Amino acid sequence: MSLSFSESLLIIVVIAVITFALRAAPFVLFGGTGTTPKLITYLGNTLPPAVMGMLIIYCLRNVSILSSPFGLPELVGVAAVALLHLWRKNNLISILGGTVIYMVMVQLVFA
Amino acid sequence: MNLLSIRILGRGENTKVKKAIKAAFPATIPVLLGYLSIGIAFGLLFENAGYNFIWAFFMSLVVYAGAMQFIAVSFFYGGIGIIQIAVMTVLVNIRHIFYGLSFLDRFNDMGKKKWYMAFSLTDETYSLLCSIKAPPDVDEKKFFFSVAFMNQSYWVLGSVIGSIAGSMITFDTTGMDFAMTALFIVIFIDQWKTYPNHTPALIGLGCTILALLIAGPESLVIPAMILIVAALMLARRKIENKTANIIDKEDKMP
Repeated sequence: MSLSFSESLLIIVVIAVITFALRAAPFVLFGGTGTTPKLITYLGNTLPPAVMGMLIIYCLRNVSILSSPFGLPELVGVAAVALLHLWRKNNLISILGGTVIYMVMVQLVFA
Repeated sequence: MNLLSIRILGRGENTKVKKAIKAAFPATIPVLLGYLSIGIAFGLLFENAGYNFIWAFFMSLVVYAGAMQFIAVSFFYGGIGIIQIAVMTVLVNIRHIFYGLSFLDRFNDMGKKKWYMAFSLTDETYSLLCSIKAPPDVDEKKFFFSVAFMNQSYWVLGSVIGSIAGSMITFDTTGMDFAMTALFIVIFIDQWKTYPNHTPALIGLGCTILALLIAGPESLVIPAMILIVAALMLARRKIENKTANIIDKEDKMP
């Protein structure tokens, strides 16, 4: 430990308080049921698919398509998850299968 | 008859909780895989910085933010001011400010548990709660709470395992964190099928790619969120009309 006990504790508490404040903000601003402005309800309904798209790109943000291996492991991994999911419609098979295929790609094929 | 019904009522609450936990567990397995693997990686990093499993347990318990905890490990080597740490936290986690919007009514109905539910809105828990429904015979509030609580347990457990036994893991875990990407892809596909309109999904992908090209991989989240909210607001009339039309058609079905 390069910091003291209290310095370390302070860091954790600051991060915890800010993270919770961000997550709780909508409930503080729009506390009562049925009092939510229409625009907020609209955003609440349309954000989930948009955020999911964002998180996929976010997870793949450091993939370089211009240098070797040109994002091929990720392409194979994403395709495997999508095809497994369209075929078997089972979350666990898609996620486990896709992850194992990706691990084989980065550890053996493109190692 | 009366005695019997009282006895059943007394046990009813317990049965309901058990039912909710049983229904929630299979839904949380993808997060179990992802959280155990990235939790272990975090525990290992934190241990290397000189913080044992008690610290990892405490941080995962009170902070509970995957990406942020990874970034935070570097703060513990010293030399970074507390204001800078606060600003970094806001920048990294600002996207969470939008997550509650999708659950305002449902969490507001949950009494005191509402604040735990708000606290639990990580990327993974938010995604999962967006994509699952309680089975018809299961109490939705208990189901949601079980999912949220189990997810955090996996995260805490993973980080503790990582700091205690991380060095003993003998197989190569490179690429295991892809489980998280896979979870988001699966939920994206499910939502693509269930949402009447694909514009929000396409806005999410398009705006984030645009943000990535403009701002680069390290600072893409804030521009992406701003672009997404702006695009959703611009497309509001179109999206609402399309959705309303479909609901109209469904209403007219015999």
